[in-house]
Amino acid sequence: METTETKDAKGFLEFVYQFYKSMKEHEITLVYEGEITHQLTKAFTSLTESNMAKEEESNSVQKKVFHVMVECLQNISKHADDFAQNETMFSGRGIFLVAKGKDDYSVTTGNAVDNSRIADLKSLLEQINSLDKEGLTELYKKQIKEGRLSDKGGAGLGFIDIKRKTGKNLEYHFLPINSQTSFFLLTSTISRTV
Amino acid sequence: MEVIKIKGTDDTPTVTLDAANGIFEISGRSLPEDVAAFYNPLIDWLEAYSQSPNAKTIFDFKLAYFNTASSKMILDILMKLEDLQNNGHEVLAKWYYDEDDEDMKEAGEEYADIVDVTFEQIAIQ
Repeated sequence: METTETKDAKGFLEFVYQFYKSMKEHEITLVYEGEITHQLTKAFTSLTESNMAKEEESNSVQKKVFHVMVECLQNISKHADDFAQNETMFSGRGIFLVAKGKDDYSVTTGNAVDNSRIADLKSLLEQINSLDKEGLTELYKKQIKEGRLSDKGGAGLGFIDIKRKTGKNLEYHFLPINSQTSFFLLTSTISRTV
Repeated sequence: MEVIKIKGTDDTPTVTLDAANGIFEISGRSLPEDVAAFYNPLIDWLEAYSQSPNAKTIFDFKLAYFNTASSKMILDILMKLEDLQNNGHEVLAKWYYDEDDEDMKEAGEEYADIVDVTFEQIAIQ
């Protein structure tokens, strides 16, 4: 028995090293899996802010990264609990990643969504990706005027604003979890050269 | 009227609403956990104020950052100011932005487009 335990522990530690190398390879500076709360949103943004300040990133890049992080984290905290507890292993949880490359930062979120929401999400993201700066401004103005704050406190403006602030398309992917649920991944990119 | 004075934190703005001294100001960062809980008392105050407003209302917006949920509530404040102006009272929204912050400048321009309120854009060095 003892030898098995030792072997498992070693296997796990080897995995941790592979995981560490993998993070380095993908230039990941922050990764989190679990429930996203407001306290965590504040902690992650202030950690990233102080790292960027230390690395003398320009103010404008710092503001954009901060903005995208807040919108992405609030999206998960507002929507990842759309599931009954224990309905899937993903209920109420999400993954959050920040990567820093030579030319840009990327902020990636992943959370489970009910398959019934996929069509709406896809059409909204496609619409946003198809619009230029003026089109986005019009959509933003329309939504801020006509949209109502949801009971979760979302204004339906997050995705629109991420594309407006970054000027880059939102990349997304849906991977099936089971017959009712998919994992929704979304990446926003912020250029380090403004 | 009662005075609203809220000291800002790292996620909520500093607010002063003081009719007697003619001070109407919001400044700092806005990404509250519950935007409605933070902003509704301010909107209610402005609603009460509009029953017997000062001859002139100058509202200073000195925000460094706000999230999209807050942007909706800021529009609600501006719509209260629009009602005042439409009812024949003098209103001026002063929108301050860091001179390097193009996004904050644009946000002010967009609000000025959306609501019928006299706007003044002020770049801070």
